[in-house]
Amino acid sequence: MISTSRLSDLFVEVADTLVDDFDLIDFLHHVATSAAEITSSTAVGLMLDDQEGNLRFMAASSEDARLLELFQLQNAEGPCLDAHRTGEEVADIVIEESVERWPVFAPRAAELGLHSAHCFPLRLRDQVIGAMNTFRADARAMSQEERRVARALADLATIGLMQERALRRAEELTEQLQFALNSRIVIEQAKGVVARTLDVGVDQAFGMLRAYARQHRLRLTDVARDVVEDRGALQALVDSAT
Amino acid sequence: MDRHDDQTPAGDGREHTSWRLARAAMAQTHADPSLSGLAAGLQRVCRAATASLGLLGAVVHLITGEREALVASSDEASRRLGELPFEVGEGPCLEAFALARPILVPDLMLMGPPRWPGYLSAVDGHGLRASYSFPLLVGAVRLGVLDLYGASPRSLTPTEVSLALVFARVAIETLLDGSDGSSVALLDDPQVGVMHGRLEIYQAQGMVKVDLGVDLAEALALMRAHAFGRDVTLLDVARLILDGERLLGPQGG
Repeated sequence: MISTSRLSDLFVEVADTLVDDFDLIDFLHHVATSAAEITSSTAVGLMLDDQEGNLRFMAASSEDARLLELFQLQNAEGPCLDAHRTGEEVADIVIEESVERWPVFAPRAAELGLHSAHCFPLRLRDQVIGAMNTFRADARAMSQEERRVARALADLATIGLMQERALRRAEELTEQLQFALNSRIVIEQAKGVVARTLDVGVDQAFGMLRAYARQHRLRLTDVARDVVEDRGALQALVDSAT
Repeated sequence: MDRHDDQTPAGDGREHTSWRLARAAMAQTHADPSLSGLAAGLQRVCRAATASLGLLGAVVHLITGEREALVASSDEASRRLGELPFEVGEGPCLEAFALARPILVPDLMLMGPPRWPGYLSAVDGHGLRASYSFPLLVGAVRLGVLDLYGASPRSLTPTEVSLALVFARVAIETLLDGSDGSSVALLDDPQVGVMHGRLEIYQAQGMVKVDLGVDLAEALALMRAHAFGRDVTLLDVARLILDGERLLGPQGG
């Protein structure tokens, strides 16, 4: 059973991030982390359609490099791609039994100790703009209640992506999606800069960027841009880390 | 909003409709014989986009810091249109560049309070009704803008948006390569469409920036040269860098 008070805390926390001028990647990271907690999942990832024929990674509950690889693999095959193609939930996938269906994805997921997967499409009216992928270390099926909450979180991710925009003009879906996808690239570039400068892993670098943004009440994407454009944030990050 | 039936879902990689259409359009397009290199490559992109999207014309702006250069246009009339926003200091392409997001205006006459009054009066009489500006970006690296001009007021369909994004991708790759041969080779390479989404490439790009003290654009150029020289993929190079390998600098040292 999901505790009602914990559930309301999570939704309040996520909704609190949806203030004016919020950072989209940080918000999606928050949604993924909440979804992982509420569904007792080892990892949750969010993928977006890049409108050029690819599903691209946007945010996850963990930035572990092997997990990011697993999410990115699903551009070619996997439950996430199926959920996105069909617009339907891909429910209670047992990884060990899926090797024939997904010969690359399934063994890789098994190597990471993952036993089950569940994918929810991100829907905007009649369009599917991406998918949310949950992984668990056990093969237990997801309860109706867990599913409902996960679906609500997937909807929240879509709302965050669109902000107030797409409700007015169809063009704003493209404008917002493309901006979001490029923001993720800026963050990866900044992770690389921080990782090499401080000799830490890229996942740790992400944590440092995020902590710095929170601490200084800045948007994660702005901090990342600042870091790669040598405008002082990197030095401040280095100073606070040493 | 009922045009989704013609949209191919993500994940089809090379066989995605827009890549096929873009390849066909590029194959049927030629640049002016007087042009060569980058200018020729980008003019082909402009002309292929114009033909396959039924446009008035297209231009590619190269923008670095305070400087702007119109590097390619589908024809003379579009070149003139492309110069106007920079003369009046406003317009969709400048906004797309500044905000790092596409600015799609299906009908320039139907915008609420005019967003760009100076620009609108400047383009008056040029037959321009719709404007679609796609910034040419690789994360924090901003190269310029692909501007598409329409003669009639309309929204691009999802397939057309996809096609326009592929042409923007080809323009980016051409600018990074600085050659005219890349654009077609790029469309023939099944990995390119998939590859640009791989996060490892951008992490490695940040690392090379630190290792060699170069800027992000140069870091990517060095990675691409390394991949080309060893006949491996950009993703392979990125993985080596993530494993701690250092590339040689621009002077080979």
